[in-house]
Amino acid sequence: MLRFRGGVSPMKKIMMDDKAIERALARVAHEIIERNKGTEQLVILGIPTRGYHLAVRLQKKIEEIEGVKPPTGAVDATLYRDDLGIKKDQPPLKKMDIPISIDGKTIIMVDDVLFTGRTTRAAMNALMDFGRPLSIQLAVLVDRGHRELPIKADYVGKNIPTSRKEGVKVHLEETDGVSEVVTEAAVD
Amino acid sequence: MNRLVIKGGRVVDPASNIDGVYNIYIMGGRVASVKKAETDTSEIVQVSPGLDIIDAEGLLVVPGLIDLHTHLREPGYEYKEDVRTGTMAAAAGGFTTILCMANTNPVNDNGSVTRYILKKAGEGSGVSVLPAGALSMGLQGERLTEFAELKEAGCVAVSDDGMPVANAGLMRRALEYSRVFNMAVITHAEEPVLSTGVMNEGKVATRLGLKGTPNAAEDSMVARDITLCELTGGRLHIAHVSTRGAVELVRMAKKKGLDVTAEATPHHLTLTDEAVAGYDTNAKMNPPLRSKEDTEALIDGISDGTIDSIATDHAPHSTIEKDVEFDKASNGVIGLETAFSVVYGLVKAGRLTLVDAIRAMTVNPARAIGIDRGAIRVGASADIAIVDLNKSRVVRAEALRSKSKNSPWLGKTLDAVVVKTIVGGKTIYGHGESLKK
Amino acid sequence: MRLKRKDLLGIEELSAEEITLILTTAESFREVSEREIKKVPTLRGRTVINLFYEPSTRTRTSFEIAAKRMSADAVNISVSASSVVKGETLKDTARNLEAMRPDCIVIRHASAGTPHMLAGYVGCSVINAGDGAHEHPSQALLDMLTVKEKKGRIEGLKVAIIGDITHSRVARSNIYGFTRLGASVTVAGPPTMLPPGIEALGCKATTNMEAALKDTDVVMMLRIQLERQKESFFPTIREYSRLYGLNEEKLRKAKPDAVILHPGPINRGVEISSEVADGPYSLILDQVTNGVAVRMAVFYLLLGAAREE
Repeated sequence: MLRFRGGVSPMKKIMMDDKAIERALARVAHEIIERNKGTEQLVILGIPTRGYHLAVRLQKKIEEIEGVKPPTGAVDATLYRDDLGIKKDQPPLKKMDIPISIDGKTIIMVDDVLFTGRTTRAAMNALMDFGRPLSIQLAVLVDRGHRELPIKADYVGKNIPTSRKEGVKVHLEETDGVSEVVTEAAVD
Repeated sequence: MNRLVIKGGRVVDPASNIDGVYNIYIMGGRVASVKKAETDTSEIVQVSPGLDIIDAEGLLVVPGLIDLHTHLREPGYEYKEDVRTGTMAAAAGGFTTILCMANTNPVNDNGSVTRYILKKAGEGSGVSVLPAGALSMGLQGERLTEFAELKEAGCVAVSDDGMPVANAGLMRRALEYSRVFNMAVITHAEEPVLSTGVMNEGKVATRLGLKGTPNAAEDSMVARDITLCELTGGRLHIAHVSTRGAVELVRMAKKKGLDVTAEATPHHLTLTDEAVAGYDTNAKMNPPLRSKEDTEALIDGISDGTIDSIATDHAPHSTIEKDVEFDKASNGVIGLETAFSVVYGLVKAGRLTLVDAIRAMTVNPARAIGIDRGAIRVGASADIAIVDLNKSRVVRAEALRSKSKNSPWLGKTLDAVVVKTIVGGKTIYGHGESLKK
Repeated sequence: MRLKRKDLLGIEELSAEEITLILTTAESFREVSEREIKKVPTLRGRTVINLFYEPSTRTRTSFEIAAKRMSADAVNISVSASSVVKGETLKDTARNLEAMRPDCIVIRHASAGTPHMLAGYVGCSVINAGDGAHEHPSQALLDMLTVKEKKGRIEGLKVAIIGDITHSRVARSNIYGFTRLGASVTVAGPPTMLPPGIEALGCKATTNMEAALKDTDVVMMLRIQLERQKESFFPTIREYSRLYGLNEEKLRKAKPDAVILHPGPINRGVEISSEVADGPYSLILDQVTNGVAVRMAVFYLLLGAAREE
């Protein structure tokens, strides 16, 4: 009998496993430190749900490297989405947790998948309502292309070229019981 | 002379104790003979153009229905209803005689208004209209109207219907004074201070947050009026009884031999205050729709003769009065075109016998106002309704003849369809249509 | 869990899951009101009409602030019942408003059921901001949010609602809401102000205030309309206050950590003494704050998704 890990069907392909994710995050952590010449003024904010957990993992990796724990929180972009009133269901609200004033800070915004760029736009607008950061940098685990807005990630765990109809899913231990990145063939 | 035969229908005439298949022969607008079909040896054939034959086989043939409680709204409120549309609605409902209430504008408190209504009725659909005159001038509950003049003009009863007579002294005088003229005093029995609600007081009103009127509002007034009837020896008719308490009071009064009659409406017999849920203003009326215990007591009252009549309280209101906030909406519903069907629903459900139902809609109301109608009797005016009990219809606003469409039955399917109404031998409703498919 | 409704007309029709969803969403919105920039663009371009047939500064302002913090355009229409043009039906009014293409109408009306009628006439969302003695759903939701915030739960709590139950929409909505989330509710008031069949809503009823207060976790005092005295619902304010007013002595019958709610505005010294109203367990001001959050949540859940065709 065939078994597929994490309930993955033959239509799905594992693009990153647990170890690959950890390696990518470790590299991104190094890049963040290198580019910002340390951790001073850094605030890590993840976009719930999985972006937040990735932010916490990044915080831990940075602490392992630098011995400093940058303030970490969550920025929920739901109320700033541009598709409210268009989607059939109202998206549930997530956690908004800005741990300190972001004025003059360098914000590392973390998301799982960068696709159209619309969520990033919404999250940036949300952040602006909380203050005036020095800069915002974007870290994503996966960049799958197909941008609809002029947005580019500063740190990318893995580029996964996809077709528009394909699905890319990030599963994390914290929310899904297993850590992996899978692509799903379009089903129609 | 025109002749008409209604052939082979099931004739139910409680006044004559008839229930069976009969042929009814009509000459010159009057009933010439009523013969049992199986022993009737007359050959009924179309021999001359002067003879009409109505094949009523499989249909119900009853005396023309009599309604003791109609609001025709003319003069003054012709945008709601007028004598012509009101009587057309009556004809469509199988009614051949209706009593119209005095709360017009101007109020029917003098002979000239009465004569105006009767003149309009003469130009109407052929339904016989009998006005009730106002009991007090302008329905103000202060001074009596001129009963003699009203009677001479054509009124058969007096009533301030719509406005309860709060002044017990005035009610006493009306009951006394009316004796001279043999006119019934029709009472809208509700204690005004207790009846400030917009629906029945009880758990439905509590849930809906609407102000309730308790049964006691009606019970106390019915008790007062019965006491006054006993004191004066007047002829008291209690309009639209809605409570079990009032049924019991009438039962006691009749046992005592008092000259009391009473009516209930088809809606009070079949609907409860649950109909108000959803804030349907077509379930708002005065007295309000009550509880299941009350409807049950009313039906029992019809069965044992305590409530002798069924009357529609046909109360047309336009959208201006009904498409408004529940508190603001006017009271009342139309009923002429649905009355028989709604009552037949109780017969079909086994709660009333057909004979009791027809009695309460024909001969009993006639007796309540002292007129000799409501029977298929040799020599009497041929006022007859023919009903197809096997047909049903969905009540649609656009199909109603009444100008107003405030019916609680809109969209509902009702059994029994009136197919022909005849007054004085002349068909006033259901012309030319074949009675059967 | 999604709220799949066009309108919010009452708590009676809401399931426990729907109430919980609204409360959870409101908890998120509480944060928005604590920001320096108390505004999110969520309902940009949406129009909310506040249609108030009864004066109510508090509720109207709360809805208005909620709409504005969501970036909706809020228009207030105050109609005094006497100024309604004769001959214009509610249906006419509704169609006129609808022609202005609002996304939501918030309605307060002295006649019970008017929001239901309006909702049937218009295609946009309708929120009942209080209809006669029927329901006041957003008030009950904010009361539940306030209690949940302080007590951490609703389930298993004992709630006493004291005062004029007959004329109170707040009482009715709270009876439905608290019982649906698993609290037990007792209402208490003079027999003239306990409507027949109130138990059918799911509560217990008593004329004895002390009995209702015994071991209770939540005490909700209702505002007494002083003019009810003229209709003999109670003989004098003095006697009403003595029998059904809340003071520290009576409060001792409740649990030591009982919290006190009042929908406001309060009649100090009548239904509630000043020392209780201003005391440590009074949540009256928290209610006001939570009112905005709850109304933002309701707007979001009703207007935050495409209309089902």
